[in-house]
Amino acid sequence: MEKQWYTISVYSENNVGLLNRISGIFLKRHINIEGLNVSKSEIENVSKFTIVVNTTEDWTRKIVQQIEKQVEVIKAFYHTDDDIIYQESALFKIASHLLFDERQIQNIIKESNSQIVTVSREFFVLAKTGRRHEIDEMHNALEPYGIMQFVRSGRIAVTKAAMPISELLTEFQEN
Amino acid sequence: METLKAEKKEKKQETTMRITGAEALIHCLLAEGVDLIYGYPGGAIMPVYDELYKFQDKLTHILTRHEQGAAHAAQGYARVTGKVGVAMATSGPGATNLVTGIADAQIDSTPMVCITGQVTRSLLGSDAFQETDIVGISTPVTKWNYQITRVEEIPEIMAKAFYIARSGRPGPVLVDITKNAQFDELDFKYEKCTGVRSYKPVPEPDSSAIEKAAELINNAKRPYIIFGQGVILGEAEAELKALVEKGGIPAAWTILGLSAMETDHPLNVGMVGMHGNYGPNVLTNECDVLIAIGMRFDDRVTGNLATYAKQAKIIHFEIDPAEVNKNVKVDVAVMGNAKETLGMLLPLINKNEHKDWLAEFDKKHQIEFETVIQKDIHPTKEGLTMGEVMEQINIATGNNAVIVSDVGQHQMIACRYAKFKETKSNITSGGLGTMGFGLPAAIGAKMGAMDREVVAIIGDGGYQMTIQELGVIFQHNVPVKIVVLNNDHLGMVRQWQELFFESRYASTVMTNPDFVKIAEGYHIKARRVVQRSELKDAVVEMIASKDPYFLEVKVEKEDNVFPMIPTGASVADIRLK
Repeated sequence: MEKQWYTISVYSENNVGLLNRISGIFLKRHINIEGLNVSKSEIENVSKFTIVVNTTEDWTRKIVQQIEKQVEVIKAFYHTDDDIIYQESALFKIASHLLFDERQIQNIIKESNSQIVTVSREFFVLAKTGRRHEIDEMHNALEPYGIMQFVRSGRIAVTKAAMPISELLTEFQEN
Repeated sequence: METLKAEKKEKKQETTMRITGAEALIHCLLAEGVDLIYGYPGGAIMPVYDELYKFQDKLTHILTRHEQGAAHAAQGYARVTGKVGVAMATSGPGATNLVTGIADAQIDSTPMVCITGQVTRSLLGSDAFQETDIVGISTPVTKWNYQITRVEEIPEIMAKAFYIARSGRPGPVLVDITKNAQFDELDFKYEKCTGVRSYKPVPEPDSSAIEKAAELINNAKRPYIIFGQGVILGEAEAELKALVEKGGIPAAWTILGLSAMETDHPLNVGMVGMHGNYGPNVLTNECDVLIAIGMRFDDRVTGNLATYAKQAKIIHFEIDPAEVNKNVKVDVAVMGNAKETLGMLLPLINKNEHKDWLAEFDKKHQIEFETVIQKDIHPTKEGLTMGEVMEQINIATGNNAVIVSDVGQHQMIACRYAKFKETKSNITSGGLGTMGFGLPAAIGAKMGAMDREVVAIIGDGGYQMTIQELGVIFQHNVPVKIVVLNNDHLGMVRQWQELFFESRYASTVMTNPDFVKIAEGYHIKARRVVQRSELKDAVVEMIASKDPYFLEVKVEKEDNVFPMIPTGASVADIRLK
């Protein structure tokens, strides 16, 4: 089976230790987590993990089954990039003199649709939100001029299809 | 704690008491019906031990000689009773010593609650004396774990711990309690946990899946059942037997399914797996419908997955959704508790018999009998075999003992030849293969079933891993019967070295101590058998003993266990020699 990008969404209780428990499931199978984001979800007191992996569908399905088995996990899903709307964010810290010395930098800023977050005498910071390949392209464009610091966030994603978590919770409570 | 508030609870006890966390813990255990715990004291759990002293008329604490022994004893108790076993230890090394037992309970789905002391809350993360991150360490090998740092959490967390350990697919839960939470006081009130909102222990059975399964079974010419521990944990023994008999379906056990159905039943055809029986393995690849009940297609059962039961339609009765299509792709998955799903299936099954198909199991059994079994249990050569010892134990106990085995050759022989009439009678470390499991697990098994004969079958290697637990047997006069099958080798590893490493016996030859003297040092009656002529008498004497008894049998040093499916081979290519 072919490897591809999968986004795993996990709805869970917000408890200490659950991140360790979930990441251990990947560790046990020697699968690298390519992106990870934990935040609150649309439901009160329910957390949402968004995990990106590059592996086969078979492995992804088995991992999702193991995640869902955890007592404090309400439901886990996996999706391909086509099933979701997703974004990642990145920050680039760049030496300020480049803004004046390298005309191309200004073009990159305009073309990449990124924002200047701050400017000081020594450096300025660019923020870019978009798909992974867009951030990669911007990184590639800036790299020849020197990037002082770079960081990219985990993926955040919502599905095109409905997520019946509230119904599930009601159902769990009725049983 | 928001999550806990959302849980449904039965209101039973409205009155509150102002007590310490340590005393509250004891009340929690009593409320859960616990009357026996295994453990070892130490600094961070001392307040709880102080309460155990006060409550000793209600709650018996057995001091094992090592925390690993406490965990395995709790497992043995849980496996034989179906109740939650409880083990307790202090922080740091006490807690880490439990881990092997916890991992064993996790992979073999044994309900267990482990309680560990922890350094006081203000010292957490400071590398304090005997501080270790036991919650972090035990996370991958527990069904659930939690660190209590505030006294108010104790009742809710303990209730949740017992509920999670015993419900659905059972497993071990670890609760780590900081010392301040043991000392502090709370207004204690206990409510049993009846649900956790994010956790659905038993999936709803789907009647359409059951109908599909029934149709496949009714149309099958060569149906075949493999049953695992799910039958025992789900208490579905009667339903399994009814299905086997109504459908005329041959049934084989996995090592953990053993004793779910009486071994002498005419439709019980033997054991599957690496050292299972010839017919049950080979015919897995000749059946047309394979009905897997409460088993998880472990690699030791399936051999090479690429050639496993490819010809068959596979039906999987399973409580844990994560097990479905994990190792073997199935045609019909019937989710739920086996007692319930088999109960729903039974009325849909046509009365049937499959004489020609059964005859094939008989034929294969005949081949195995002539090439393996006869030599194992009725040997004519000089050295004693493990198989003939098992046979004598069967005879002396009327096929009705609880057999606790350790790990290795003797374990395979015990599981191949031990006979059972009652369920929950075969206690062994299946998934993890933990050497050292046998002796402490036998203590727990005996204390959980005092009215039954409990015989521990152990190799000379595994015996020495937890031999210190003889101290418990002596101190509490626990009348277990201990049989050490001594071949002066780590026999199973030696067998692999002989077969796959050109007989290079790297670190598998053991120079052993005088085991009889060691037992006698603990004031346990002991006897050694080196001649066949003494065996029967010694086994009879052992079983007749009202006290604990140790029997060492010097067996042939270089015997091998056959049949055998070499790693990576197909079940069809099982070797008879």
